[in-house]
Amino acid sequence: MSDKHDAQGAHGTHDAHDAHDFKQHVRRYLFVFYALIVGTVITVAASWAHIDSVALTVAIALFIACIKGFLVAGYFMHLMSERKMIYGILLATAFFFAGLMYLTIWSMQPTSLVHMNQ
Amino acid sequence: MEIPYTTEPREDTGLFNAKVGIWLFLASEVMLFGALFSSYILLRVGAEPGAWPHGLLNIPLGMTNTIVLIVSSITVVMAWASLKMKDFAKFKMFQSITLLCAMIFVGIKSYEYHDKFTHYEFQVKNGAVLEVHDENGGHHELQLKTDSVLDGHLLETTEDGYVVHGHVIDPQAQAAVTHAWQAREIKEDHITVKKSDVTYKENYGPWHNTYMAIYFTLTGLHALHVIGGALVIGFLWGPGAGMWKTDPERYTNRIEISGLFWHFVDLVWIFLFPVLYLL
Repeated sequence: MSDKHDAQGAHGTHDAHDAHDFKQHVRRYLFVFYALIVGTVITVAASWAHIDSVALTVAIALFIACIKGFLVAGYFMHLMSERKMIYGILLATAFFFAGLMYLTIWSMQPTSLVHMNQ
Repeated sequence: MEIPYTTEPREDTGLFNAKVGIWLFLASEVMLFGALFSSYILLRVGAEPGAWPHGLLNIPLGMTNTIVLIVSSITVVMAWASLKMKDFAKFKMFQSITLLCAMIFVGIKSYEYHDKFTHYEFQVKNGAVLEVHDENGGHHELQLKTDSVLDGHLLETTEDGYVVHGHVIDPQAQAAVTHAWQAREIKEDHITVKKSDVTYKENYGPWHNTYMAIYFTLTGLHALHVIGGALVIGFLWGPGAGMWKTDPERYTNRIEISGLFWHFVDLVWIFLFPVLYLL
């Protein structure tokens, strides 16, 4: 038996329509792939540029990383067109992640409770 | 007993069960890596001015690994799309590339780890005389006027000394290095130091400083995820592929689930690379 299944069958028209849809998806995946490569090259190029401001260097690198992360999550992981249940899980994750980062930054403030006994 | 909702969606979630399961698992993974990222922020912001090292890692290798993971991400999603288009041969081809990328990634990471284990910091006595051979074939002796630190890769250990490719650290110049590009501009030579002049030496393993500790923790955990993901993809590519003939829809769902995990691994590296290598 050949590994390659016939796309046409009892539901030939339906399958052909699906195949057409997936070809469109594939074009989108390739676009995202090229964008990720370009993003990586820009990130590295920006690090070779002699930018004096540390804050600006960090901001550029993280901004590009966020765009790349959005592309991977949105298109490769199909979050752009997911069910509400998944968005609910991710919303809860985002809430706790933001809380974790807030606690981290809060603990570094000189007025925070962490430093009260020092 | 048949496992329910392996292909058909549940009425309440609108999803097959494994998909809800993998997203819950990925949510816990976000918190795991999030905790380590917050540790990184605390260590970095809490470091004394000039104490946080820059330029210790090889950027071309890190960039190559980034591209390797991006390539593996597109091959994973193309493999899944191939199954949706009922082209099993293409699926096998794309997942072979994914597995190859995983092996390249782990290979490069191992080389980078080895590089850190052969990178040493030597504390050298005041008055020690170092033999310096520069890139142009020149040779001179350098007498240290204070207790100093020699930093570089250990090339050779002779009977009475060490041959190092590196530089003597100037504490004031070192404190002024705040960007990776400044560290890359430091000139390095072949330097020979006598064993009797070295008071202490230590390689750049996770024990060396807080930067190396968080570097090995984050990248080590990530590498374990790459290996775990590759094992699952490898199983579904090889011994587990028989399901394509008996239950193709369920098999396609399995590929989707393993793909979601793989994309998450790529997503984590997208943030690890700039944070550890470039900033």
